[in-house]
Amino acid sequence: MNALIISAVFGVIMMFTGIFVKQKPVTRNIAIAGVALLLLVNILEMSGIDFFKVHTAGFMLFDRFALLFNSVAFGSTLIYFILSAPDMEKVGHYYADYFALIFFILCGVVLVASFQSLLILFLGIEIISIPLYILTGSNKRNLISNEASLKYFLMGAFSTGIMLMGITLLYGATGTFDTQFMNIETEGTSALVIAGMLLLFFSMAFKVSAVPFHFWTPDVYDGCPTVFTSFMATVVKSAAFVGFIRLFYDAFGSIHDDWKLVAAIITALTLLVGNITAVFQQSVKRMLAYSSISQAGFMLLGLLALNATSKEGIILYATAYSLATIGIFAILLKMNDHSFESFNGFARQQPLLAGVNVIFLLSLAGIPLTAGFLAKFYMLKATLESGDFLWLVILAVIMAAVSVYYYFRLIQAMYFKEGDGNAIEVSPGFKLMLVIVAACLIVLGVFPNLLLNWLYF
Amino acid sequence: MVPVLLILIPLLAGIASFFTGSEKTARFWALLASLFTLLVSILGLTILKDPSYLAFETSWLGSLGSSFSVKLDGMGQILCLLTAISYPIILLATWHTPHKKANNFFGLMLLTQAGLMGVFLAMDALLFYFFWELALIPVYFLCSQWGGERRIAVTFKFFIYTFIGSLLMLVGIIYLYTQTPGNSFAIADFYNINLPTSEQSNIFWLLFIAFAIKMPVFPFHTWQPDTYEQTNYATTMVLSGIMVKMGVFGIIRWLLPVLPAASYAWGDTVSTMAIIGMIYASLIAIRQNDLKRLVAYSSIAHIGLMCVAIFAETESGMQGVMIQMFNHGINIIALWIVVEIIERQFGTRKISELGGLAKKMPVLSILLMIVALANIALPLTNSFIGEFLMFNGIFGSTITKYNVVFMVCAGITIILAAIYTLNMIRRVFYGETNEITANAVDIRENEKWILIAVVALIFIIGVYPQAILNISSETVNEILKEADITPYLIGK
Repeated sequence: MNALIISAVFGVIMMFTGIFVKQKPVTRNIAIAGVALLLLVNILEMSGIDFFKVHTAGFMLFDRFALLFNSVAFGSTLIYFILSAPDMEKVGHYYADYFALIFFILCGVVLVASFQSLLILFLGIEIISIPLYILTGSNKRNLISNEASLKYFLMGAFSTGIMLMGITLLYGATGTFDTQFMNIETEGTSALVIAGMLLLFFSMAFKVSAVPFHFWTPDVYDGCPTVFTSFMATVVKSAAFVGFIRLFYDAFGSIHDDWKLVAAIITALTLLVGNITAVFQQSVKRMLAYSSISQAGFMLLGLLALNATSKEGIILYATAYSLATIGIFAILLKMNDHSFESFNGFARQQPLLAGVNVIFLLSLAGIPLTAGFLAKFYMLKATLESGDFLWLVILAVIMAAVSVYYYFRLIQAMYFKEGDGNAIEVSPGFKLMLVIVAACLIVLGVFPNLLLNWLYF
Repeated sequence: MVPVLLILIPLLAGIASFFTGSEKTARFWALLASLFTLLVSILGLTILKDPSYLAFETSWLGSLGSSFSVKLDGMGQILCLLTAISYPIILLATWHTPHKKANNFFGLMLLTQAGLMGVFLAMDALLFYFFWELALIPVYFLCSQWGGERRIAVTFKFFIYTFIGSLLMLVGIIYLYTQTPGNSFAIADFYNINLPTSEQSNIFWLLFIAFAIKMPVFPFHTWQPDTYEQTNYATTMVLSGIMVKMGVFGIIRWLLPVLPAASYAWGDTVSTMAIIGMIYASLIAIRQNDLKRLVAYSSIAHIGLMCVAIFAETESGMQGVMIQMFNHGINIIALWIVVEIIERQFGTRKISELGGLAKKMPVLSILLMIVALANIALPLTNSFIGEFLMFNGIFGSTITKYNVVFMVCAGITIILAAIYTLNMIRRVFYGETNEITANAVDIRENEKWILIAVVALIFIIGVYPQAILNISSETVNEILKEADITPYLIGK
């Protein structure tokens, strides 16, 4: 509850900051302090210190899973702010408003991560989406940004409609919005429940951009100002996943057998399409958009398996994926153009940045000693433990090998190709932060329990 | 204690090497570290061979049932010794070869060594997988950054190939892990899994493909000649001398004892693949005009024989594989050293453009002759005893019906090996000198002494193979006991 209230308050504070504070560094520092505060109060809540005793009437449940994910989301946002907040200045005039919108999104993230009632899930998804539509179109004079915003809005509105429809059907069948008390029977499940569940499944699949509901993703990620793509592809996406898993774990766990084949097919398609399309991209930004689809495929394995391991796995995956992607985007933001060629000779020009970038890419590709490997490992383990899906696991690892192709293209460009590269300048603080992120990835890759123990203790 | 040092010394020295300045410092540093590793390895064989020094275990990923568990058993001793001995040889033999960004080069070399050591020492499947990849990543950078024109594309092929293999292996490992009673990655628990034969078969192929790509066994070999050709010599030596042993080692430690029924059921298939590969590679080697590719194909043939001998599952065959893993490592490194000398001096590796070197380079010729004879397993050389034991093992195998067929086919490749090796010597070292080779000078001191040392090793092992066979015999018997398929046959 701490984080929910404070994030909403900070959203308002940032709006007023825009009126009263004209210096951009001050605005930025207030925002960074705000996220740091969020992280702090959330960790305090995990240790049992709750500042706001609000009775949620069974609408929300702040369990360890929700709180831990909140911490991951706030931690990622903090890193994102420190690395990329200065780049938001280039987008437009309303600097403080961008932060305000992001704080509202964080508010939605908390709702999605800790809902117990379908209404809260709906509210959370909407609170996340609406500020994102604005952020996507925040580069007002750029037609592509406008197009992306409109596309995102139409698609998002559609999928939200489908979600509402699903919720309605479920309410009709079970008489409750509460995911813990739906008591869906394993045998003779009513058609209303199945229809409602499938509608919810598809609408959530839209939000996490699973194939075949992914068509909006590359265009929106590409058209969106890069600095916001970074946030959208990481924190928001992970939050949608956490909501997805939470919903199906609580409400539809009892009829797992009925939907797991659908989930398996969607997972397989997501892995195939995401990875294979990413291979053909010429722009790093677009490649990362497709990579986010393919990584979603791996996260879907956790949904498919639906056991304790997959809950651990999704937390680890969200962390590994968010940190690495935020890092790559932060470097990408400093480049003049986003093609692979612009990275030619990068290693000679910026050895340190190239080095940490390699660690991010290795983590995304799932090479051992990085958090990305253990994240994938947990997903594979969860799926194998649930039985039946050996074929899917084999497909997943082959696709992971395909993903090496496009991630390593960047490494090749940086290290093995000659090029003048575009001269970029970064501050020592920026470098230090990236090194810390890379170190986090390696530490988590060796000792994942530093993070996962929070789930239990 | 000893195993931890074997991993830590190259690991830390490798990381430190990135921060060394000049090429000379980096080179000395790497040599120093590798000599130190060799010393530890020898100590482990002699003074510190008490079991308490040779095993180390500490908790790591407790919740996953994985621990940092390393141990030097007989097979580990041999392969760690090979790794430890090869590095000083490689570093000294390429002492005068310039490398751009030498600190990175030697750093990556040492990291590879750490990975290799870890693979040979790990007694925990997840740890094994970690080291398996740790050995691969630095090699990717080594091959991509230092080498021939087409190195980037070729290395990429190599990397994707092996990465697919290792990921499939990972699936197999996790699957086996879910089958262990207390969910554990420890090797002892893996040995106790009793899966039904049909399930074993699926897992068998998941694991085998990884090892087959690494060795490489036909038809997974296509990355190998290209990679050897394009890579710089030092890395090629590591790849062909040590890294291919990861595959052989993997089969012996992680496949045969874990999935005995499937190894029995698919043994003949695998042996047939290996035999096809041996004959095919030998035939290509005969027609080969490029020295590097010739050695590469010859390596495929030699590894194929080891593969057949492993799946014969006899003590003699397995002992032959053990000693041959060591022999093949040092022999092929010696061959690469010779090829490097030739390419550096004449700027070409084309057999057709060379000739008459024996007159100009008598020392090199004599040393090469001995290495070449070892390559075709003449008595008194180290390979003779290895190949003899393997043939004996294949012939005496009770596990396959086709033992005689395998032996005859494999025997043909010995003759083919003699043809391409001696033919190469005849065309490169004898005959008339031409304008390219007319001004040849004999080899440098460092190369001479390194080759002499290798030749000495070849003879020592050739005359007294028992030294190595004693080390490995216990492991061999243990593995054969675990791989015993009688319980499965009684079940039927």
